[in-house]
Amino acid sequence: MNFSFFLIQLLNGMQYGLLLFLVASGLTLVFGIMGIINLAHGSFYMVGAYLAWWLAGMTGSLTAAILLGIPLTVILGMSLEWLLMRRLYGRDHLYQVLLTYGLILVLEETRSILWGDDVYGLKVPDMLNQSIALTENLSYPVYRLFISGVCLLLAAGLYVLIKHTRLGMMIRAGASNREMAQSLGINIKLVYTLVFALGVALAAFAGMINAPVSSVYPSMGNPVLIICFVIVVIGGIGSVKGAMAASILIGMADTFGQVLVPEVSGMIVYLLMAGLLVWRPEGLFSRI
Amino acid sequence: MRPHRSADLFILLMFGLLALFPFAESTFYTQLLTKIMIMAIFAMSLDLLVGYTGLVSFGHAAYFGLAGYALVLMSPQYESVSLWWSLPAAMSVCALFALITGMLVLRTRGIYFIMVTLAFAQMVFFVFHDTKFGGGSDGIFIYAKPTLVIGGFELLNLEKLNHLFYLVLIFMAAVYFLLRRVLASTFGRALLGIKENEHRMSALGFPTFRYKLASYVLSGALGGLAGYLAAIQYGFVNPEILSWHHSGTVLMMVIMGGMGTLYGPMVGAFAFVLLQELLSDQSLLGQVAKHWQLAMGIFVILVALYLPRGLAGLLSRKAKAEAAADA
Amino acid sequence: MRDAILRTEKLSKRFGGLTAVDTVSIDLYMGEVHAVIGPNGAGKSTLTNLLSGDLPPSSGAVLFEGKDIAGLRSDRISRLGIGRSYQKTNIFLPFTVFENCRLAAQSRTPHAWRVFNGAPGFSDINRLAEEAMATAGLTPRRDMVAAALSHGEQRQLEIAMCLATRPRVLLLDEPLAGMGPQESQDMVELIQRLAADHAIMLIEHDMDAVFAVAHKLTVMVNGEVLESGTPEEVRASPAVQTAYLGGEDLLDD
Repeated sequence: MNFSFFLIQLLNGMQYGLLLFLVASGLTLVFGIMGIINLAHGSFYMVGAYLAWWLAGMTGSLTAAILLGIPLTVILGMSLEWLLMRRLYGRDHLYQVLLTYGLILVLEETRSILWGDDVYGLKVPDMLNQSIALTENLSYPVYRLFISGVCLLLAAGLYVLIKHTRLGMMIRAGASNREMAQSLGINIKLVYTLVFALGVALAAFAGMINAPVSSVYPSMGNPVLIICFVIVVIGGIGSVKGAMAASILIGMADTFGQVLVPEVSGMIVYLLMAGLLVWRPEGLFSRI
Repeated sequence: MRPHRSADLFILLMFGLLALFPFAESTFYTQLLTKIMIMAIFAMSLDLLVGYTGLVSFGHAAYFGLAGYALVLMSPQYESVSLWWSLPAAMSVCALFALITGMLVLRTRGIYFIMVTLAFAQMVFFVFHDTKFGGGSDGIFIYAKPTLVIGGFELLNLEKLNHLFYLVLIFMAAVYFLLRRVLASTFGRALLGIKENEHRMSALGFPTFRYKLASYVLSGALGGLAGYLAAIQYGFVNPEILSWHHSGTVLMMVIMGGMGTLYGPMVGAFAFVLLQELLSDQSLLGQVAKHWQLAMGIFVILVALYLPRGLAGLLSRKAKAEAAADA
Repeated sequence: MRDAILRTEKLSKRFGGLTAVDTVSIDLYMGEVHAVIGPNGAGKSTLTNLLSGDLPPSSGAVLFEGKDIAGLRSDRISRLGIGRSYQKTNIFLPFTVFENCRLAAQSRTPHAWRVFNGAPGFSDINRLAEEAMATAGLTPRRDMVAAALSHGEQRQLEIAMCLATRPRVLLLDEPLAGMGPQESQDMVELIQRLAADHAIMLIEHDMDAVFAVAHKLTVMVNGEVLESGTPEEVRASPAVQTAYLGGEDLLDD
């Protein structure tokens, strides 16, 4: 493996890891703050991708599609929280698993009814549809760098939100003690709704922005969900920091694995998880 | 949570009725009932874990699939193997896998446990779907079904629908009564204690990890029994039987029927498969039937919200209400 | 001087920057009730957790019959003969009183792994359970579901479960918590009966009870041992009196 090849894989792995982080952070936040395991989280990734395709088809622009799509997914998230999720707080994880599994079926089938079961492609916006020269004889797609950049920005934004804003403070307060936060006048119900909507939006946005690269196809959310579960287990539930570390780790391992040991690259993620279970079952940065 | 006396009698009655069924001479329904009974075995094996030990596994399909693939892979291509050794062998494969993964997976609790069981099952799915080991995504056919022979005399010919029906019925009854026995033993009581309050069990001196591992292995082996029988019924295995949809389906049957009762999962298997048949019947519902999973998903959500103790819970509540009314 | 059956040597537990238990050395002798008192947050429950194996120590030793058991898991420690009751009632609520005790007793017998014989059929387990219930005075409530018991009866069940495992050492964490006068009296009498053939460490806030049963007294403040000795010695100690002068005089009975 020569340097330029290594560099490409490094960038790919970085991009993949950062994308996974967007999805995984939503999952770990929802669990860490509200105590809910949401199997349908991968479906939101799919919903984002299909929304992007549909809206881009109507408006002719991916950018417009994303700008329109995000508010829609926020509304979807808030509605689902109001309708279903809030009935799950404090209940046994078993029922959360069951309900969100049912939700997967509903979302998949609704998608099938609305948009069919075909695979769709999406064009990268023209402005970003070029390659940048990294070395003499190596160029790399700008759009992929763009994805990485956007994910990093969002990650930074998430950090600022949680550490330095009032909402973030309320989120952290709610995470540690719901009743106490409520008695301090914090509108916990609203915080929970917003956190859930944030999780949905992050996953959907990841689906949207990656759609040109991955294409849009049924059950595209499933592998993402499984990997996000592994990320959350490795990183530690409730820890955004852990989700970042684990996402990059897995992004790199998976990418390099695919080029170095393609026959078993799919196993790498699980082997990493198994290794962690032996060493530190509660996750790298667990808060619980 | 132990079944009432009346439930025992009722179940025996149901088993008896089922035994008479093949005389109705309906190929379609015999096959359907065989399928349901296999799922009932699968669901009971999961209930041991979920309802009695308090371990929610979202990866139980791994055992179903492992046993099926084990049967296929150990049969020479056009000959049949004897059930006498191939079944224990298939179940042993499952038990071994459960033992090894259990030692890792049981180091976690609660939500982590759910996620890692799902992940490990996906790993197995990957092995059979993406590698050439198990015939890939197309699956493999079984050309000759296992034989059940004693001393040259063929007990059952599993190519015949009715024979398979009876074999499955016998296994279902056997699993039910076996699990009842196990759960009433000191081992079973310890499992119930662990489900109720693992911390206190540990403080009382029980090595809870070992108990959970034993339950996990037994559950996996019995799940394998169901998978083995299913492979015989369909004559075919493919990675779909290892999918997490399958894990979700069986978990749903357990909860829908009423976990922690043993007969609940059997009821859940019946109800679920019948519901699925109904919802996907195009002659009945026309085009809507193509999207039966939507209705199924809504149904699952409603069960999760409003029927936490499942159908068996409904029945027992009715029974209690009637008893109170009669008093 | 006979040996202590359970002793700690400079036992400490730190949680990040907080030292919850600070180099505590305490001795428990058979036939003796050793009470540990102190304000809330003094580290008493943490100490109990360290002895029962619910928490691993940061440093120091815990010697049971001369062997260091620090850091062992709680099930191993229980099997060695150290039983513990909890401040927050920690029983099996959906099971009957008898089943609670039977399950506890089962842990000690070789039948704990039997798979085919019905659990209720083992007479030795049943006997242990019956004895434990009788000692705790719960026999009349044998077939009642634990959730339906009164608070005081649940606290008694806490102890009964502990007794069914035939421990030599008893770590009792606020057994009188939430009890009325008659129930407290019953519990005090129970502890006095048990003192004869057990070594008991008693964490309590109820000073009447403490002075009724304790042979030794240790006062903990901020994780450290302030004073330790017989109840008279402790009461007379200037350090203890200083600590409580002007504030809550908790030795005032």
